[in-house]
Amino acid sequence: MIKAPTALAARPVRVVLSSVFSDAHTWNLVFLQLLLEEHGCQVSNLGACVPEELLLEHCRDSRPDLVVISTVNGHGHLDGVRLARRLRADPDTAEVPLVIGGKLGVGVSGGPDSRRELLAAGFDLVVEDSDPQRLVGYLEGLRRPALPSGRTPP
Amino acid sequence: MTSFSAFVADAAAQGELVVQPRMGFADPAQMRAGLLAVRGVRGRTAGTITLDSYTRVGAHDAARRALRDGAPLNGFPLVAHGPDVTRKMLEGVVAQDFPVQVRHGSPAPYDIVRTLLDAGLDATEGGPVSYCLPYSRTPLRDSVREWRRTCELMGEHGPHAHLETFGGCMLGQLCPPGLLVALSVLEALFFRAHGLRSVSLSYAQQTEAAQDLEAIAALRTLAGELLPDVRWHVVLYTYMGVYPRSTTGATTLLRDSVELAVRSGAERLIVKTEVEAHRIPTTAENVAAVRRALDATGRPIDDLPPSHTGVLVEARALVEAVLELHADLGRALELAFQHGWLDVPYCLHPDNAGETRAALDERGRLRWVSVGSMPISGLVRTLPPEALSARSLLTMLTHVERRYDNVLDDIPARLHLTDRRE
Repeated sequence: MIKAPTALAARPVRVVLSSVFSDAHTWNLVFLQLLLEEHGCQVSNLGACVPEELLLEHCRDSRPDLVVISTVNGHGHLDGVRLARRLRADPDTAEVPLVIGGKLGVGVSGGPDSRRELLAAGFDLVVEDSDPQRLVGYLEGLRRPALPSGRTPP
Repeated sequence: MTSFSAFVADAAAQGELVVQPRMGFADPAQMRAGLLAVRGVRGRTAGTITLDSYTRVGAHDAARRALRDGAPLNGFPLVAHGPDVTRKMLEGVVAQDFPVQVRHGSPAPYDIVRTLLDAGLDATEGGPVSYCLPYSRTPLRDSVREWRRTCELMGEHGPHAHLETFGGCMLGQLCPPGLLVALSVLEALFFRAHGLRSVSLSYAQQTEAAQDLEAIAALRTLAGELLPDVRWHVVLYTYMGVYPRSTTGATTLLRDSVELAVRSGAERLIVKTEVEAHRIPTTAENVAAVRRALDATGRPIDDLPPSHTGVLVEARALVEAVLELHADLGRALELAFQHGWLDVPYCLHPDNAGETRAALDERGRLRWVSVGSMPISGLVRTLPPEALSARSLLTMLTHVERRYDNVLDDIPARLHLTDRRE
């Protein structure tokens, strides 16, 4: 399916929402689903303890406009880096906008190194302060047709 | 050998509440010391051995490696330690007046139960629905199969083997009481169908005392009707959702759960500690919580009438609908979730239909916003869909925390929602 660059402004943004494989928490995912739906998204919520393979397959099948990873068990940094590398290595998901947020490290904050590593691994946005407004802001950016996102239709 | 249910029944006959902590340490000496400390508290106490996450998911080799390398585990690795180490750890701990229950959280608990029986214990908890849907991706069908053979193993062990449902605690918060009661009863019926003769039915304290009283009364009514040939009691859990952060708030919430237990006639109470919101509690903190709960049982308690919101009618409708689906209850549970006749709100498990929503009303009671395909649409008055938004969800999840911490102003939207697991 070919998407015109302006299409996102007119139709619901299709989001795949997921945790990482080691995290069984779900209220964060429930909250984000409601938030994203309130901002005009169509959300496919994969839930807790999602194996990387399952997420990858789901993205291949559904071709989302955005993938949001939310995790609060403190392993998000480690699991996130591996997950992003895997998604970026696959031609079907190499370009999809990819966001991670929550409580990503075991300390108070993962620190700049953790953030840099996540970005280097392929995330477009890392939200370590759990501020949902930053996700909403990013979403609005995706909708703006003029934004040079660098993404091209396959 | 001590009988868990006989101990609880004896306490109930004396009008005494049994109080039990959550507690699990990897090191046998530390586990033993923790159990002895709980046993030493004056009053009726039961001991708990909470297992670690590796054991919960059946990764016993990972647990063995952690033991060998001295890596930290968040509970007692029962299978990795094995029956001999466990029996030795329990020597002189378990007694007629101090039964011990194993708590694990596994959708496939056969090895765990085999080991605890071999170690001389005979009480544990869980259920095919409640230890599958909330925290795993294990298919419900697999969990039903595993729980069936586990129940049969316990049944063969003898009539004293005791199993507690976790179904009355689904997701810790925001599940309306009618469904909690139905799931607790259905899991108890499943245990009975596969050989158990001694069970307890759980219910977790929710957001409003009058509604909780109504729910526990409904649970007792249905258990009385449907489990005539089984020894049963009710176990109440102190609030399991987002916990107050202040010492005063946490202590008051614990005291209110004691009052709820006493008013409702629950025979056993599983407590939380005041540090629950921040970290895993120590033995001393657990003992303090047990002592505080036992002290509170002696305080005078005002009369409080239960609410009349139709919990019994709703729970009965759900239980009867499921029982009619199939003669085999395990199969009936699978079908019920497939049809969405049972549908746990906010549960993201692939086998849960996910069409139901619940919210708090203006009095702080749990109500349905949407009942999905559950066969109770004619029985409940739903809240309007506007009752639920991302922001109101956060407010509802922290309703109890804020009420007990006396924080009256609105909190900013925050995402640190840790639904602490068993």
